[in-house]
Formats: sequence, C-alpha cells, structure tokens
Amino acid sequence: MKRRELVIVGGGPAGMAAALAARAAGVEDVLLLERDQHLGGILNQCIHPGFGLHHFKEELTGPEYADRFAALVHADPGIEVSLRSFVVKLGKDRELSYLRPGAMEDIQAGAVILATGCRERTREMIPIPGSRPAGVFPAGLAQKMVNMEGWIPGREAVIVGSGDIGLIMARRMALEGVAVKAVIEIQKTSRGLVRNVVQCLEDFGIPLRFQHRLTAIHGADRVEKVSVVRVDDDFKDIPGTAFEIACDTVLVSVGLIPENELLEMAGGAVDRRTNTPVADEVNLTSLPGVFACGNACKVYDLADSVTRDSELAGRMAAKYLGVPA
Amino acid sequence: MSYDVIIIGAGVTGAAAARELSRYRLKVLVLEKEAEPAFGVSKSNSGIVHAGTQNPPSSLKGWLCVEGNRMIREELAADLGLHFVQCGQLIAVFDLADLPELETIKAEGEALGVKDMRVVDRAWLDANEPNLGPEVKAALLVPTAGIISPYRFVYALIENAVKNGAELKTSAKVAGIRRREGGGFYVEAGGRVYTTKFLVNAAGLRADEISAMAGAPTFTITPRKGEEYLLDKKREHIANHIIFPLPSKTSKGILIIKTSDGNPMIGPTAHDTGDKDDLATTEEGLAEVLAGARRMMPSVSKGDIIAYFAGLRPVAGKDFIIRHESAAPGLVNAAGIQSPGLTAAPAIAVMIADILKKQGLPLEPKDQFHRLRQRTEHLFMSSPEEARRLIAKNPAYGDIVCRCELVSAQEVRDAVRHGATTLDGVKFRTRAQAGRCHGGFCTTRILKIMQEELGRPVTELTKRGPGSEIVKDERK
Repeated sequence: MKRRELVIVGGGPAGMAAALAARAAGVEDVLLLERDQHLGGILNQCIHPGFGLHHFKEELTGPEYADRFAALVHADPGIEVSLRSFVVKLGKDRELSYLRPGAMEDIQAGAVILATGCRERTREMIPIPGSRPAGVFPAGLAQKMVNMEGWIPGREAVIVGSGDIGLIMARRMALEGVAVKAVIEIQKTSRGLVRNVVQCLEDFGIPLRFQHRLTAIHGADRVEKVSVVRVDDDFKDIPGTAFEIACDTVLVSVGLIPENELLEMAGGAVDRRTNTPVADEVNLTSLPGVFACGNACKVYDLADSVTRDSELAGRMAAKYLGVPA
Repeated sequence: MSYDVIIIGAGVTGAAAARELSRYRLKVLVLEKEAEPAFGVSKSNSGIVHAGTQNPPSSLKGWLCVEGNRMIREELAADLGLHFVQCGQLIAVFDLADLPELETIKAEGEALGVKDMRVVDRAWLDANEPNLGPEVKAALLVPTAGIISPYRFVYALIENAVKNGAELKTSAKVAGIRRREGGGFYVEAGGRVYTTKFLVNAAGLRADEISAMAGAPTFTITPRKGEEYLLDKKREHIANHIIFPLPSKTSKGILIIKTSDGNPMIGPTAHDTGDKDDLATTEEGLAEVLAGARRMMPSVSKGDIIAYFAGLRPVAGKDFIIRHESAAPGLVNAAGIQSPGLTAAPAIAVMIADILKKQGLPLEPKDQFHRLRQRTEHLFMSSPEEARRLIAKNPAYGDIVCRCELVSAQEVRDAVRHGATTLDGVKFRTRAQAGRCHGGFCTTRILKIMQEELGRPVTELTKRGPGSEIVKDERK
C-alpha cells in the first residue's frame, strides 16, 4: 500500500482551495483525486457571472473562477492531480482505495480531506406523486445538459423550488427559447439569493408562485402537465385552489444534500437529517485526520465562501500532519 | 414469414416460453410491443422467488410456483449466470393468537412440496432479524424463498432463447390476428404480417384483448395496482429475509423485501384499477406502504426512500389461466400471470410446451442446445480481487459512470451491446441511474455512450421508447 501525506477527494473549488492552502502551510505531498475528466467540479457548468466578488474582488463566471485555481494547482509540483479517479473505499484509519481507468489503487493517507460536494434532492425525495415520464430533471442535470452539451431538455417548463439553481435555470431556459411557465415554491419566500429572484425571474417575466406545491406529474411517455395546489401556512392544501399547467418538462430544484457516503463508510458520524458530518467545528469530522470541507461540510450559498473555509481546512490538515515540523 | 410458434409478449412468461421452445427444432418468433423486453408487467416485479406458500393447495399457481422455485434454485440461475440469493422468507404475526394460521400456511405449503418450514419465536427473531419491531411476536420461516433481479432474469431468458435460434421483434405491437384456413394464424404486428401454426399469448395486461382477437374472448384482465418504494442501499442490511405480514384475502400485504441488488424495497399496495395504463404513484399509497412497513420495522424512514414506482398485476380471477382454447385452435393462453408469476415462469414454460405437443406440435430436440449463458459483469457485486481482475482485462471497468451504484463505462457499453436501446434498458441491466442521485450525475455520460454505440443523435434517444425522448433540441 502506497503512503501519501495528504489525500483530497474532489477537485472542485473546495478541494483545490484546500490543496493550495495545505501546500502553502508546508505539506509536501498532496494527492488530489477528481472523478471527472477535468478539475472545477460543478463550477464548470455554472456559466453565469457572480463568482469571485469576495475572493478576487471582480466578477467572474464559474469556469473562469475554477480556471484560476486549476492553473495554480497544475503549476504546483507538490500536488499530484489524478483525474477520472473514483474513491470506492475509505477506512477509519485513512486507508482508501480508488478506481481509475486501468487500475484500482490502494493508499494509506496521513490525512484525508473530503471535498466531495453535494448532490441534488430529487423528485423522489419530496416526493411528487404521479406517473414517471421522461422530462423530469434535477435542475443541476438540466444545467449540465444545456451548458456543457448544448442539449435542450424541453420546450415548455415548470420549475419546482426557488433555490438558486432553479432560478438560474429558469433564466437559462428562457434564454434558449424555452417557455418557462412558472416557478412553484411551497414556502412564503425564495430560498435563493435576492439578486437571482430579480435578475432571473422578474427581468424575464417568469411568474413565481409562493405557497404552492406540485401534487402530481402527468404523462405516459413524456411529461404532459402538472397539477398544482395552493397551501396554507401549515403546508396544507387549500381546497378549491387546484389547477394544472401544461408543460413537457419539470425541473426540480428543492435543495442539496452533502455527499458524505465515504465518511459514513469509514464510520464517521453523519447527521441523518442533513447528511452533514457531526463535529464541533467547521471542516472537522468525528474521525481524527479526516476533514470535510466545502459543500460536503455544509451547503454554501457562494463559491467564494467555500474557498475561504476550504483554505482553512487545508491549514487544519497541515497542522494535524505536524507541519511545519 | 412463417413460424411454428409466435409468442406475444416478452415479459417473463413469454421469455421463459421462448427459451423452453428454443430447445426444439422450431421456428419461434417473440413479438413485444414495447421498445425492450421486460418493459410491461415484469419491470415492476419485486424480484421475489416465492417458495410456494400462501397459494391454495389445489391451485395451478401453487404447484407451478413450487416447481419454478426448484428450477430457478437448482438449475436456471446458475445456467443463465444470474445472481440468485436464497435468503428465505418470514411470515410475521402480530398476535400469538394467529399462530394457528401460520400452521395452516405451513401445512398447505407442505402439501404443495415446500420444504423445511418452521415457526420461529421472538428469541430466534431477535437473533436473526434484529430490526423487527416489538409488535412482531413470531413468524413462519420459509427457507427456500429467495431473490433475483426480475429484469435481468427476463433479459437472460430472452438472450439465451435468441442464442438458440428464437427471433425477437420489439416495438412490434400486435394490431390484428386472423385465423388461416387449414389451421394457424396470420398475425399483423409492427406493419408486417407473419404466419404461424401456433400462438402463445403471454401478453400480460393485454392478454384478454389478444385472446379475443384470436377468436377466444374467454376471460377479462383486471389490473391491480401495486406501489413499491425503494430504500437507499445504505439500508441494505435492514432485513436479512423477505418479510411478509400474515396475508389478507386480497394480497400478501405490505412487505419488506430484500433485493438481489442491495436496495431494500417496501410495498406493494394492492388496489384494483380500471385503467391498464395507470402507473401513477399516490400520496395515499406511500402512506399505506410506510405504515405497513413500519409496523414490522419501525426504523424504516421516509428519508430512506430514493425511488418509487407503480406496477399493474394482470388479474384474471384467482388462478393462472394456462390452456389451449378450443374456440381458437392453435391458441395457447398464459394469462392472469400475477404473483407468483416470476417464480412460476420456468414451470409455466414447460407446461406451455407440453400443451403445444398435445395439440400436435412435434418437439424434436436440437442437436445442440446452448443451455449456459455467460454471466454479465457487475462491479457493485464484485470483490476487490474480482474488480482488479476486470480492470486488468479491460481498463474501462475502472472508469466509473454511476457513482451511487458503482457502474463503469464498460458495463454501460456491454448493456447496449446486449440489446439496451433506452435509458431504462441501461438502468435495468446495470443499475446506472437507479441510485440515490437518480441519474443527476451520470445521465449525460450514459447518453454519450449510447450515442456512440447506437450511432444515433441524442435527440432520438429515449427513456423507454418512442415518445419518451430526453432531449428536445441540440445546439451544435
């Protein structure tokens, strides 16, 4: 089993910031594992501006923000980047195995930083009943399809949830000529940033319906319509307020779940409700020498805040490793 | 195009019949209306290989189930390279006053030939099924029950049938059937007309319509809906057996089902519906399933649910209908094949072959029948050593596409090469998109591999056949 000083799982903004900060603090050997074929994580599909206002004091797109860190990471001989590398096993003593094309590698790490990000809550988790046709997408998947592949998922969309990804995708779809019929939000207020409500919905005339919920998705093969109802302050359906919206696409943006399956596998404590590590301080886990940063630690609103806290995680790992000696 | 036997329907019954008939020197054609096999009733199956209990001792389904169970356990699973787990089944009672009912089930099962059953007490349950709640007082242990992937069972049967010379036509909905002078039928499907001496009707929910089309309107299919809810793989070890409550008159109740892929499942409901296309899940169904499962296992949580679906059981009275129809000479019906149809299918297939023989179809064994099918590789089922061997053989087994269920690019390619033409077909064969993120991370990668393998633009790729396209427009 090969020994590595610090292994970081995930090459998005959190993993890259942690790697650079650990190096600056004196860690000599960093292995950065990224499952995709490039660094940057979810930033690569966030082609809208609004990144970097705090960290760089200028406004960048997601890919631009990621590229600045990726350039520094690639230029650092003390950071080995392994792409298309997927960790399949983590033990409590920081022994881990990962798969990459052509090999399965086993590593004994001095310290581990989990920078594995989030996954999206799905239609199944709300849950929205009804049939199961094509045309129901997590909003982030739709964002990847449109921005990375140029695949337009539909022509008439309803968006469930007014989180930032939902708001940004409402605008993105409208820019691609998709008729965005409504954003449906069960709460009284948006979960997203105010600037996104204004710039993504109001500027495009997209109606945002607070205190409404989807009661069913209809359609045999492809989505044909959705049923919507108004709810009261206790989220109970208000009789007589049900209506339908014809559409071929439903984008679901109902929150994010930190990905801590590796921590769980290693025996670390994970809150069953939020799926975040149970620990006294940001970036710590219940396992010594295993840290979690970025959206794996808690769901952040801004990439800049991920960078700030993940740099701290890099320094915490360096301190744990006893560097500088 | 002229055939000895045309089988209508490539669900588990039709697939098993095709494989059985492919042993003999016969021209066999399977017509399936959906884009792929197993896309009808079979795709919603729980994957339970029933032991044969809870069936009336005199019923057709009772003995076919016991015999099908034996065939799967002793021969078929190994021959077809399938992952069958004989985990056993528990039938739980909440009141010790119901113990005599367990004894009745046991006696009825024994009359059918079910072996090694015994009543187990609370101490045994505490040791062997520790997550059971306090309401469960005792259970009947049925060791011969097990679990299998229902779709991969169908795919293996049909693949093996095709290897042995049977033909399969998908997206071929039967539009008309006419009797031929001098015997046999003309069957119109997918814009072509086929002639056949014999017709096997394994059309599931549409079996009544097919039988009527062929001249034998002798029964009606009533769909009975079942909603099922899948739990996260993290809860794999919540149960060690398939756990049933004491059955009611209309159904086997809400079960906790261990599955061969690891994700436990809870359900199904059982409600008659007039609509053969009603596959919608409901808020009431979810509440019913959760309440039923929690009564046996209180730690089951709504938050554990990662997926759900509804299926329709094709009900035609209390028993299976498997018979030659004298009103339409040459037509053999295999209808009303609801639970335990998946288990019984191999035995039903033998029975169908026997009926055909009695009706004058000569069954001459082929010189060479390829009984064995090579196992498909699944990383999620592989030990680290096996994974290393696979990756050494082919680097693409180390290229992970689906992170939730651990599925590699090579497995997705293999699925397409074995006949998957849709996203659901890839999911059923590999489990990619079946996990907790529901395809959020892997869908684009899978679509790209399908584009490469099938040579089709992304706008033509579908979830489960024409009309279910995923991408409406492509910006070049």
